[in-house]
Amino acid sequence: MAEPIIKICNLEKKYQSKNSEVFALRGINLDIYQGDIFGIIGRSGAGKSTLVRCINMLERPTGGQMLFEGRDLCRLSDRELRHARRSMGMIFQQFNLLMQRTAMENVCFPLELVGTPKDKARARAAELLELVGLADRAHSYPSQLSGGQKQRVAIARALASDPKVLLCDEATSALDPSTTESILALIKDINQRLGITAVIITHEMSVIEKICSHVAIIAGGKIAETGPVEEVFYHPRTEAARTMVIPEALKPERLPSERVVRIVFNGASTLEPVIGNMILDCGKPFSILYSDLREIDGVMCGQMVMQLPDDKAACEKIRAFAASRGLVLEDMNHV
Amino acid sequence: MFDAQLVEMLWEGVVDTLYMTVVSTVLSYVFGMVMGVLLVICRKDGIAPHPVVYTVLDVVVNLTRSFPFLILMIAVIPFTRFLVGTTIGNNATVVPLVIAAAPFVARLIEASLLEVDGGVVEAAQSMGASTWQIIIKVLLPEALPSLLTGSAVAAITILGYSAMSGAVGGGGLGKLAIMYGYNRYQTDIMFATIILLIVIVQLFQMLGNWATKRCDKRMF
Repeated sequence: MAEPIIKICNLEKKYQSKNSEVFALRGINLDIYQGDIFGIIGRSGAGKSTLVRCINMLERPTGGQMLFEGRDLCRLSDRELRHARRSMGMIFQQFNLLMQRTAMENVCFPLELVGTPKDKARARAAELLELVGLADRAHSYPSQLSGGQKQRVAIARALASDPKVLLCDEATSALDPSTTESILALIKDINQRLGITAVIITHEMSVIEKICSHVAIIAGGKIAETGPVEEVFYHPRTEAARTMVIPEALKPERLPSERVVRIVFNGASTLEPVIGNMILDCGKPFSILYSDLREIDGVMCGQMVMQLPDDKAACEKIRAFAASRGLVLEDMNHV
Repeated sequence: MFDAQLVEMLWEGVVDTLYMTVVSTVLSYVFGMVMGVLLVICRKDGIAPHPVVYTVLDVVVNLTRSFPFLILMIAVIPFTRFLVGTTIGNNATVVPLVIAAAPFVARLIEASLLEVDGGVVEAAQSMGASTWQIIIKVLLPEALPSLLTGSAVAAITILGYSAMSGAVGGGGLGKLAIMYGYNRYQTDIMFATIILLIVIVQLFQMLGNWATKRCDKRMF
């Protein structure tokens, strides 16, 4: 496999006060590959924002390495670091646009920094505004734009320097659900069309599920678990990951105490009405306690939790039926 | 009572006052801008932290601002004579005016620049902007409306100081008010100067408000 574009080795961020030290991050190891949409999810205060800010050195790590294309950014001089930062676009929860500049001038800003001639910069900015669907608002000021439009300008601005990586720090957290959806679609589109690697920081599971290929769960300043999204979300191995990815309705104390099973769907068996056939096959009804299924890229994904009928023979039939469709029934009462 | 001679005298007073105020304001901004920007970037959470520079500037600014203007004017007389060659007249007044006003302007500028959203500065850093680029392209332009509001405050304060300077050899409307109004009990002349000062203050404030409103893109 190719070298990761971002490789974080044993990264540590420590805040020192007079008589105590607090670790915001400790022993972080992550590999992010070219073309990934890599999600980092965690609760408030878990260290996810600190982590993304360590990637472009807005926060200086206090230990470990942060390799970008094989170069340790911690060891670069100020000038080299400024240069490296131009290969990493960043967008923020609060957009952080220059309020006294139009959308067009905001997008030109990173080009001005490197001395691009004005007409060339404006042509490039116009292209980017077109890409994010805001060609008609080029001469509007941020105060005249909606939240979603501001984030689109911010994305265009982040792309102006032709970065290889786009860092998104809670980029959709200040937006309403449908705007969030459209911004995520835009990020995915950029990832696919331009091949830009995206690192997405969020506290929302749905953001990760919608667009990420890989995810890392961060808790208490450490990576609890990392891997492909389906694997981590539907088969969490650690307690920290479990508390993060298992919905409130599925916490043990909220479930009946026996015969509760979970089925994870990952695409193969959705052409047939599996659950319907399952009930017909065993001849006994059972209740669905929780279901979270959706179509991702044309295949059905998600999980369903149900309580099996109080009948040994029927249960055996259900298990056999599931096995024949390649589905695993996972016993929830023993978790 | 208001004969041609008197009108001419008042007019000269207005011109002198405006001259001192404008020249002192401009010079105060030259020095105050440098100090204000340094105070912002050198502070602990600034973009180029430098505790020594910050502390020295902070103390100097506070010390200078502690002087009552009248006393400062007298205290810097030797320096004024060294620079201008005399201690009376408009140009001589500019020296203490700038010394008194520059630290005040520095604080105004510091306050305006600190209003700029830290997130925007961070965004600029994430795009690889240097400290100088952040000052020139982010801090100053983003703070411009607030800087303009501040400049009206500064000009009006300097106008007030310049009138005070009439007491120890300065020119302008302040001199007229003290010479005729105070020393010769000609209250009418004193009233006339006060009204002129009020008009000038109003004009400064209106100009400041107009410029602020015109350049601020945050309000529509």
